[in-house]
Amino acid sequence: MEQVPLSHVLILSSILFFLGIYGFFSRRNMITMLMSVELILNSININFVAFNKYLYPHQLEGVFFTLFIITIAAAEVSLAIAIVINLYRRFNTIDIEDTNTMKF
Amino acid sequence: MNYDISSILILVLPLLSFIGLALFGKRLSPCISGIIGTTVLFITAFLAIYTAYEYFFAVGSQAGTYIPHTAIKFTWLQFNENLSIDLGIVLDPISVMMLIVITVVSAMVHLYSIMYMRGEDRFRTYYAYLALFTFSMLGLVVSVNLFQMYMFWELVGVSSFLLIGFYFTKDSAIAAAKKAFIVTRFADLGFLIGILMLSYGAKTLDFATLIERLTQPGSAHLASMTACSFLGLSTLSWALLLVFMGGAGKSAMFPLHIWLPDAMEGPTPVSALIHAATMVVAGVYLVARLFPIFAISAPDVLTIIAYIGAFTAFFAAVIACTQTDIKRVLAYSTISQIAFMMFALGVSGWGEGRNEGFTASMFHLFTHAFFKALLFLGAGAIIHAVHSNEMKDMGGLRKSMPITHITFLLACLAIAGIPPFAGFFSKEAILSSAFHGNPLVFYVALVTSGLTAFYMFRLYFKIFWSKAAESHGHEQEHSHNHEKGMWAMNIPLMILAVGAVFAGLIPFGSFVSADGKAIELPFHLAFSIAPVAVGLLGILIAASLYKTKNDRPEQVIEAFGRAYRWAYHKYYIDEIYLFVTKRVLFNLVGRPAAWFDRNLVDGMINGYAYITTTTSEAIKPIQSGRLQTYSLFFLGGVLLIAVLLFVKFL
Repeated sequence: MEQVPLSHVLILSSILFFLGIYGFFSRRNMITMLMSVELILNSININFVAFNKYLYPHQLEGVFFTLFIITIAAAEVSLAIAIVINLYRRFNTIDIEDTNTMKF
Repeated sequence: MNYDISSILILVLPLLSFIGLALFGKRLSPCISGIIGTTVLFITAFLAIYTAYEYFFAVGSQAGTYIPHTAIKFTWLQFNENLSIDLGIVLDPISVMMLIVITVVSAMVHLYSIMYMRGEDRFRTYYAYLALFTFSMLGLVVSVNLFQMYMFWELVGVSSFLLIGFYFTKDSAIAAAKKAFIVTRFADLGFLIGILMLSYGAKTLDFATLIERLTQPGSAHLASMTACSFLGLSTLSWALLLVFMGGAGKSAMFPLHIWLPDAMEGPTPVSALIHAATMVVAGVYLVARLFPIFAISAPDVLTIIAYIGAFTAFFAAVIACTQTDIKRVLAYSTISQIAFMMFALGVSGWGEGRNEGFTASMFHLFTHAFFKALLFLGAGAIIHAVHSNEMKDMGGLRKSMPITHITFLLACLAIAGIPPFAGFFSKEAILSSAFHGNPLVFYVALVTSGLTAFYMFRLYFKIFWSKAAESHGHEQEHSHNHEKGMWAMNIPLMILAVGAVFAGLIPFGSFVSADGKAIELPFHLAFSIAPVAVGLLGILIAASLYKTKNDRPEQVIEAFGRAYRWAYHKYYIDEIYLFVTKRVLFNLVGRPAAWFDRNLVDGMINGYAYITTTTSEAIKPIQSGRLQTYSLFFLGGVLLIAVLLFVKFL
């Protein structure tokens, strides 16, 4: 069976990455921004797995890294959700435009 | 008990008393804290007498010579291997003599103040200050090191400042305290420069080593300090002259005397202790401490001291004749008497038969402490009874205050130099040494001792005899005894009166002399005729003018005219000082300095602040609080790095 070439996978991860960036900058809802960050992380994960598979098929470092990133992403999300809930309690909104009191 | 330990205790007890009263005084009742302070001082006085006894009669002398004995000494600050500041206690004839004077007078003043200061708000603070002063003065006289002396010198200055300004709600007291502090501080600047010059030349601050290095002929240090001269005086002479400037400030020598009369704003017992008996003689003590250097290596400075002393003695005596505030009369009298001690040192020389001036000076210091403290305490009792400092409010008090009257009379006789009271012997010794040392000074001193007798008895007759015409109506009021129940005020008066009468009978020359060997103070009956006659003449004139109310004083004042007015206004010295400081120094130095400070120094600082503010105002909108804007900057940075890497590795 013919393999999917590496470039296809990289294109997929790039699309995911820039979708995430776009989401992060264009959305005003904090939950959506969080989801965009997850997209960025996952695109990186795909990169790691793909390079591991195509360049060094006998080693597992890329896969391990992916596992680490998934763990950290889970921790980060739980923290971020906690912050979002606190912000909601304080400002009664999760719109990023309205929570700009931390300035000069 | 070892007398080393007792000499250490003499210093430690007043310090403990000060710390205790200052920290815990608020929890004690005023009476208890006064009693504690007084008890401590009485113990200290007994220790001092014990120490003196041990030193003079048991262990101090070797083969007829009193040698300095170092009770304790440790290095406090080491500059280099040669120069260090030591703290310690040295016992030699003059320091032991001063220990007695200070502790006895201080104990009397402590006891006296229990009643004099009763009912004051800050009674406990007053006792704490008194203890602080006593400690610092004791530390000053037992110094082993020139710098230790300077430290205690400043401490007595501070405690004097605190006590002059004790009634700090009174404007005049505040002004007097500031004046005393600034004038003596200004003089101490000279003292400090003198110390630095001496220590630079002799490479030591220790008294014994300093004196040894600067008096031995042929020593390298002495040669280096006398090698070059400026305005006709060698470096050593300048250094000693600057040291004397410090002494002149503390001892109120002309022209630095202006603070002492104003210092009378303090409570009267304080004037008795600090501004009559102890602190103001610190300058004399300083010169006496360094006397071998003065006498052997810089006799020219001693001559200057003699002339300054003689002039001050006469000048202050003239002013004292015209003042109407009894404490001010006593203050000028103090200046005059200290000047006697000063010029006695000045006319003295070094060596057999020429150094009796030193002994005479110390003798007069000793006797003066008793009778002047007595005069001040007596004046305090009078002020306490009359509630006024002015002579015109007094008169005819001899019936209502018999004890004060008798003791005051004894002190007046003592200061006037009438035999056989204490002042007679010491003043004889001074006059005799002046006669042999410097005839000009002798004649000035002779006239001054006549003036002394005159102004003291003017004071005495005006207070106790002459009755103002209008006060006849108050006879009933005056006739009751003001002294009843005032035992704490009367006992010190009586004890000091004993000193004022009998202190002159001590064979002082066999205890205190410049080189430690006993000398015989000259005493010729023929010589003492003139001073005693002058003194009696002064008393007679005072009696004829002031014993009963008459108009002769006014006629005398008329006859003197302008001379009287000048003396009454203290020769306008205060005004001259004010002119020099306020008009000249303030306009020529103060204002330009203030302009420089406001415009250049402050301007630079304000300029920095202005630049910082405007810059931060300009850039602060970058911190907008919008998360996504921050991330955009971040993204821009990342992209920039990516582009750079791309360009580099392409």
